[in-house]
Amino acid sequence: MSIRIDKPRCIGCGACTNACPGGLLIMQEKKAHMRSLRDCWGCTACMKVCPAEAITYFLGADVGGRGSQMTLAREGVIYRWKIQSPGGARSEILIDRRNSNKY
Amino acid sequence: MIQAEKIETDILIVGGGTAGCYAAAKLAALSLRVLVAEKANIERSGCLAAGVNALNAYIAPGHRPEDYVEYARKDGEGIVRDDLLLTIAQNVNRITEELEALGLVILKDEEGRYVTRGWRNVKINGENIKPLLAKAARQNKNATVLNYVNIIDLKTVEEGTEKRVAGAWGFSTREKIFYDINAKAVILATGGAAGLYRPNNPGFSRHKMWYSPFNTGAGFAMGLRAGAELTTLENRFVALRCKDTIAPTGTIAQGVGAKQVNARGEVYETKYGLSTPERIYGTVEENRAGRGPCYLHTKGIGEEKEADLIRAYLNMAPAQTLKWVEQGGPDSRDVEIEGTEPYIVGGHTASGFWVSTKRETTLPGLFAAGDVAGGAPQKYVTGALVEGEIAAGAAAEYAKDVLLPESDEEETRRHIAQVEAHYASEGPLRAEELEEAMQKIMDEYAGGLHTDYRYNEARLAVARERIEVLQEAARSLPAEDPFELLHVYELKERLTVCRALIEHLAARQETRWHIFGENADYPERSTDFDCYINSRLENGEIKTLRRPLVKGGTYEHTH
Ligand SMILES: Cc1cc2nc3c(=O)[nH]c(=O)nc-3n(C[C@H](O)[C@H](O)[C@H](O)COP(=O)(O)OP(=O)(O)OC[C@H]3O[C@@H](n4cnc5c(N)ncnc54)[C@H](O)[C@@H]3O)c2cc1C
Ligand code: SF4
Ligand code: SF4
Repeated sequence: MSIRIDKPRCIGCGACTNACPGGLLIMQEKKAHMRSLRDCWGCTACMKVCPAEAITYFLGADVGGRGSQMTLAREGVIYRWKIQSPGGARSEILIDRRNSNKY
Repeated sequence: MIQAEKIETDILIVGGGTAGCYAAAKLAALSLRVLVAEKANIERSGCLAAGVNALNAYIAPGHRPEDYVEYARKDGEGIVRDDLLLTIAQNVNRITEELEALGLVILKDEEGRYVTRGWRNVKINGENIKPLLAKAARQNKNATVLNYVNIIDLKTVEEGTEKRVAGAWGFSTREKIFYDINAKAVILATGGAAGLYRPNNPGFSRHKMWYSPFNTGAGFAMGLRAGAELTTLENRFVALRCKDTIAPTGTIAQGVGAKQVNARGEVYETKYGLSTPERIYGTVEENRAGRGPCYLHTKGIGEEKEADLIRAYLNMAPAQTLKWVEQGGPDSRDVEIEGTEPYIVGGHTASGFWVSTKRETTLPGLFAAGDVAGGAPQKYVTGALVEGEIAAGAAAEYAKDVLLPESDEEETRRHIAQVEAHYASEGPLRAEELEEAMQKIMDEYAGGLHTDYRYNEARLAVARERIEVLQEAARSLPAEDPFELLHVYELKERLTVCRALIEHLAARQETRWHIFGENADYPERSTDFDCYINSRLENGEIKTLRRPLVKGGTYEHTH
């Protein structure tokens, strides 16, 4: 698994470059740039700070990925996760950050 | 040419993760200059990048700190430090309240008490725990945070017969800048070591592992080189995870009561026991007997529970959620499980620096906290925070009586020359290739997944020889930019940790912990090894020694 930067969506704020625990993201020509796809831990820290929903999460084929993608929109205390399957089907899961984990 | 910068501080904290950030925050009460050097950015660096699911070290009403010590001692089969565990157990509840004051969401009942799971676990929403800790560190007005600086070595000074730690060297991971830092005391909070063994997913998703792949054992390596003593590295940690995604299994097992079953649908967990190593041991044994793959039996849990699980995993292991959405959720199919490759993690097992009760290492001026500190397993987040606080207090006390060292220009030049040699080198080998070679050696000859975690003296001898060859080759690795230079140093650190680990595995001639330390030459437990195995680097060789168990009271080094 890893992430991709959606360059047209990226507004170049740099927030993700400060969030990555591996320092994998840097700015290049005013856009975020992922230095090494294979080094991503999949922690989603970058997605949680991105104001533009410009980071896409996907599963590598070696861990069973079939082309689905996931993005994250922050709406105040709500995280809106959007999942899109390769066939185009979409689903959403909302997480209220004020609630604790159920388990 | 690399540019050199000099910095002076009273207390240097190496690693701005869980323990490091809290140490910096706690030092705010004193007017000491504090410098936090972090190879990434303290905002989300370290183990807590993705957040945590629960606070795993807490003591529910009706239990005492001594119960916690007893529990951890039993779980560690006696090879723990009661003094260290007790200081953690006595403080985790206060630390939990402090976390809540910082803004952490903790579930409470109608009477305002924390809701616990079992007697040691508090339910939270821990997704933003690291930004909260980073904020607490930055609120210390006397603290400077140096992000994107990778520390490579500790500075020592000799005073009479005593050697003390007095700073460190490092480099920027973004620009060609070298740092020469003088400090009165140093707190190591660099976390544990991942990436020593060939991981479950060695290909594209090689970093889809349980422990942070960015914690490379740097602290262990530089501490060894400076002369500090390590303990119990042979008590490796292996986690039981969902296959491929390496997502946690506990939430499924406890959340919906799913049992471990083999391919025939037989529940096997009761046969082997329910502790983490027993659960993994059982899974390995079932696979060896040809009854794998093994699963958590979730099929038929119902749509409501399935939806709950899919949501719960988004917070802590989104890969699992995506996999379920792609391939069908846990109600429609069982979840396959596997053990991970081994890690060295002082927050889970007892490996790490040999410290006094005050978290001072055997080298004066050097303190350790969190996953890098040994002797106190099951410390988790709250325990790491307690240790950060204790180390901060002890380092501040120590710093009162010492002066900043003179800069050692010759040693600084030597370190810069080493960095420049990597920039000048043309290869032909690359850090990435050597990393794969190291992981393969450790996997096949030092008890990785390849041998179902088993090792013996003959295999360890091969590992010893081959890791030394890689260490030699690593000296002339090329680096084109600071990011590649970081990978070169990370590899060198891991190789040093591997060498120490191999000696620890060889020295404990018994099998005390299934999976964590499975010595095939000595498959039984032996009372001869009711002691700690410690190690030091002396004249380029790792020397192991035995130390008697420390029970109760406090422990001070006899320097
Ligand atoms: C995936 C995962 C989930 C977990 N879930 C839970 C949970 O739900 N509940 C719980 O109680 N515990 C949990 N734990 C355990 C807990 O998170 C850790 O024990 C604790 O955070 C360790 O703190 P630390 O300060 O030792 O390490 P970290 O927080 O990892 O900090 C180490 C820091 O040092 C930096 N660093 C490393 N090397 C260098 C260098 N050479 N120079 C400069 N900086 C360096 C790193 O970038 C990092 O920021 C979990 C651990 C993991 C890995
Ligand atoms: S998911 Fe985590 S490791 Fe991967 S790029 Fe984003 S912040 Fe970095
Ligand atoms: S946080 Fe999002 S918008 Fe900002 S630089 Fe990164 S990808 Fe671009």
